Amino acid sequence: MLRLLGARLFQGLIVLWLVTTATFVLIHAAPGGPAVLADPKLSPVERVAIERQLGIDRPLPVQYLTWQSSMLRGDLGRSFLYQTPILDTVLDRLPNTLLLVVLAVAVALAIALPVGLYVGARPDTAADRLVATVNFTALAIPPFWFGIVALLVVAARWRLLPAGGMMTPGADGSVIDRLRHLILPVTVLAFPISAELIRFIRAAVRGGRAAPHVTPAVARGVGSRGVTRQHVLRNALLPVLTVLGLQVPMLVGGAAVTETVFAWPGMGRLGVEAALGRDYPLVMGIALVVAATVVVANILLDLAYVWADPRVRTAS
Amino acid sequence: MRRSLLPLALLAVFAFGGPLLYRIDPTAIDLSRTVAAMSRAHPLGTDESGRDVLARLMTGGQVSLIVGLLAGIVALLVGTVVGALATARHRWLSAVTSRLLDAAMAVPAFFILLVTVTLFGGSTTTLVAAIGLTAWMGIARLVRAESLSLRERDYVLAARALGQPPVALFARHLLPHLVPTLVAAASVGVAQAVLTESALSFLGLGIEPPMASWGNMLTGAQQNLSNAPWLAIYPGVLIVLTVLAANAIGERIQPRHRVA
Repeated sequence: MLRLLGARLFQGLIVLWLVTTATFVLIHAAPGGPAVLADPKLSPVERVAIERQLGIDRPLPVQYLTWQSSMLRGDLGRSFLYQTPILDTVLDRLPNTLLLVVLAVAVALAIALPVGLYVGARPDTAADRLVATVNFTALAIPPFWFGIVALLVVAARWRLLPAGGMMTPGADGSVIDRLRHLILPVTVLAFPISAELIRFIRAAVRGGRAAPHVTPAVARGVGSRGVTRQHVLRNALLPVLTVLGLQVPMLVGGAAVTETVFAWPGMGRLGVEAALGRDYPLVMGIALVVAATVVVANILLDLAYVWADPRVRTAS
Repeated sequence: MRRSLLPLALLAVFAFGGPLLYRIDPTAIDLSRTVAAMSRAHPLGTDESGRDVLARLMTGGQVSLIVGLLAGIVALLVGTVVGALATARHRWLSAVTSRLLDAAMAVPAFFILLVTVTLFGGSTTTLVAAIGLTAWMGIARLVRAESLSLRERDYVLAARALGQPPVALFARHLLPHLVPTLVAAASVGVAQAVLTESALSFLGLGIEPPMASWGNMLTGAQQNLSNAPWLAIYPGVLIVLTVLAANAIGERIQPRHRVA
């Protein structure tokens, strides 16, 4: 188990190295080169000072090492738009994004587990085919469009829920007000995740029910529900964790789009605003913080895997 | 298989053939008739700048289909090469490639895309390269998994025993067996690329007006959501149909490898 965690940590380091290297290469390949990292609002004298600080006149390998070491120290530079240290700006927004993503995953699981278990135990029935069709369609709907339509119908037409933001401006920010603001973005984000999860749970349950250890249980007279609950469920959880792990990077990307549609002050929307405002250091800082978050999320999922599968604990 | 190509072909006919019959300039601005409902002159109405919606849906479709298809091909090529390298007999080469591949799966592609489009701008070429180069990981994993099992087959061992060099071995004995998997994965890749392009253009980071794209048509539609909802409906429905059509091809070819 320690070996597994060690391997994951090592992989996490590779991920961060990949991201910093990719941004370094992109910056140097871009029209204008690394000079774009200097704030255009600065005076020419200050610009020259910053360019010297960035070491644009030095050889590439030296620049690359400086780049990596400043990233390691958490020094991601200053934002053009906000004139603040980037790490602080991004970390300020991180909790808002985490709230959205964690709730969306929880909602997706709450939908996907029962539905997946239900249709997995009833292969090729009408219910199974209906769920498969809904899933297939759900994965084709662009989340931002779903968001717009939800806003149009629920917020604009029916006036049931607020149209965006985290709370009503000027209100006291009560729990109910905050929850009302969460409903739409969480639903939009959870929708494709639950579709993806249902597909894998369904397959796992189907496969699990055909496993050799299930036949004696059926022979003993354990009913269909009992078989699913006691003999299939735990094994079916494993692919769920794997899929969630693979989905995390996409999830944060989806959160960025959802946040933008619903004016949710999260890290993703900050990234989109920074990109629109040509705030290069901020965009890159966000990419790095997101990558680090994904690494941490994957390590947490590994721990969950250890909890769900005793074989991982005893191996090695 | 052939029948499953039909929906995508129809969409292509709409996007590329449509403008031949329907000769209205998709970029012609008419500020006296903005956000107009359906009429004889504008069968699907006009957008916030008085541009013809039907004409923009057609040319926007060209962008979506071209970017989706080309980015899908880029992802397919890179994914196949990386996947093949990850199964190379050369110990170091395969180990390093495999580790990099696993790590690349965990890289948040969307934010790398953000960095790229900010630095290089959202031209069609940039979008194809950026989307393609951030979407090959799934394909590489498939190629790695399939090749690992294929290469243990007797006929592959025989070819190796006869001294077939590795690249030729992969190209002649493994690749043909991978074709169904690759076509299925590529069609899913195309669907994903269409979604990504529309999201970026919607956010204002992809195709920029006056050039139309289904994504950036939705940006404009957002401001007129309550008085002209149809502006948001048409492009969205076309995106959904395109993604469904592309996914359906993959589904049809090899049910074993659904979207995985």
